[in-house]
Amino acid sequence: MKKRAFDITPGSCLAGKWNGHTYTIIKKLGSGACGIVFLCRSSQGDTYALKVGEDSSRMMMEVNMLKKFSKVQGAKLGPSFVDVDDWVSPDRKTHPFYVMEYIDGVPLKHFLKGKSKEWVGIIAIQLLSDLENLHNEGYVFGDLKTDNLLIGNSRVRWIDVGGVTATGRAIKEYTEFYDRGYWGRGSRKAEPTYDLFAVTMILLEMSYPKRFEKGNHPEKTLEAKLSASPLLKPYRKIIQQCWMGKIQDAAEMKNKFSSILLKRSGKRSSSRMQKRLTTQESDNVELAALSLMAGVVFGVSIFSFWI
Amino acid sequence: MKPGRLKQILLLTDGCSNHGEDPVVVAALARNQGVTVNVIGVLDDRQNSKPQGLDEVESIAEAGGGVSQIVYQKSLSQTVQMVTRQAMTQTIQGVVNKELQEILGKDQTIEELPPEQRGEVVEVVDELGESCDLEVLVLVDTSASMHHKLPTVKEALFDLSLSLNARSGSNQFSVFAFPDPKKTITKMVNWTPELGELHGIFSKLNSGGYTPTGPALKEALYAFAEKPLSDRMKDGEDPYEETGF
Ligand SMILES: Nc1ncnc2c1ncn2[C@@H]1O[C@H](COP(=O)(O)OP(=O)(O)O)[C@@H](O)[C@H]1O
Repeated sequence: MKKRAFDITPGSCLAGKWNGHTYTIIKKLGSGACGIVFLCRSSQGDTYALKVGEDSSRMMMEVNMLKKFSKVQGAKLGPSFVDVDDWVSPDRKTHPFYVMEYIDGVPLKHFLKGKSKEWVGIIAIQLLSDLENLHNEGYVFGDLKTDNLLIGNSRVRWIDVGGVTATGRAIKEYTEFYDRGYWGRGSRKAEPTYDLFAVTMILLEMSYPKRFEKGNHPEKTLEAKLSASPLLKPYRKIIQQCWMGKIQDAAEMKNKFSSILLKRSGKRSSSRMQKRLTTQESDNVELAALSLMAGVVFGVSIFSFWI
Repeated sequence: MKPGRLKQILLLTDGCSNHGEDPVVVAALARNQGVTVNVIGVLDDRQNSKPQGLDEVESIAEAGGGVSQIVYQKSLSQTVQMVTRQAMTQTIQGVVNKELQEILGKDQTIEELPPEQRGEVVEVVDELGESCDLEVLVLVDTSASMHHKLPTVKEALFDLSLSLNARSGSNQFSVFAFPDPKKTITKMVNWTPELGELHGIFSKLNSGGYTPTGPALKEALYAFAEKPLSDRMKDGEDPYEETGF
């Protein structure tokens, strides 16, 4: 954002010019390329996330997407939509804002610290089943990246639906590291496989939190990084298949991950259980993580019987 | 609304013009002719302060109704496609605003509509951005200080074509370099729907110690007018031509 002439502090009240709803700001949650997101409370006392921006068109695009997916039955795709309005600041400037479900979660990066390796696969499965639903609705996420993922209740949720694009159109927004075009692995057309590629890069980033550049031979760089990652060893084949365009949709990829996880869960040795992403964990946390993980793996197996 | 044809000049430079007419004036002229001027200032990855004179980048784009950005080499690809996209949206919005004013009266813009209707208009703008035809003339400053940045420029242009060709609307690209001692600008790539591997371009370069940005922009504008007749015939039916896109 270029100019931020207004000042929104905790306790201040934003009133909508059109709908008249008011929201009390609790705190700032974060800021992005096109706005600031606050935690707020409505006059009914409900807690929401509220985004104030400058670029009214872009904000409306996001709202259009949120509205669309609030209607999708069953699975929740992105935060649900609550309200959209304009706020006139004391200096009489108009700022578009919208209100959505507050997702109480931790960023994926922090969440993975100290978790067992199996979480890599579990996150992939969760992401892929959300993508499966989104793709079935005729949309592609587009700008899928680690920064757009929060984990709440051990479930991955995506925020920032600004890049969601109707299937067959051009991807409008992307981040190079996750973009298959950047890696010379395909077009920037919104196709389900575009998102699948981004999933593999989110997995690679778990191994290489600082990411890496493509260098002179993008394809070789990717292969080398994948081969050098012990964390991704179990999924290496799936990831390679995805890169070679051999996986067509999210469901297929999800099933591949499920079968790897299930195979491992059967003959897991205690030594393997001890391998943590980081080792400074108290016994208590470890125990909790183990039981949680057992539950999730179990959940996954039930899940795969369903399909 | 029928998708129209957008025309843009994309100027890539790293310095201040120091020869010939004022590029800001030429950019304003281009805008009048229905050609948007976007400018990207390319910094060295090691450069840690904004060099003097690059303010010009912003003024040229402003006068040309376009978008400007100053970036490090390594973000050039992503910036080139973003700037082009933003400028497209901006132009389409300008046209839509004009139509709104005709229907709803003076001073009515997208921003002033109630959110519900604004959402619908934004959807229309998005649709037009996907389906309109686009012509981009890339004008590259190849003066001495730009030389080592040219491989990155090539890569960025390939990437631009990758982004835009994912749209359903058609694209035409051409690439010109300046300065050229005789003709001010040199044609590097003739109008083409795809900027594939740009082998050999920028290999024979003349670099004097001067940067005639203004004259180069003017020549670029002529180059637009000299597009093959078959293209221009199609333009004749284009409603946007009359509104002075
Ligand atoms: N619905 C939400 N619930 C909780 N936190 C959110 C929500 N939406 C955004 N945030 C926080 O705000 C930050 C910026 O939001 P984002 O929508 O990504 O901005 P931008 O699209 O401008 O980059 C996010 O990184 C996240 O921390």
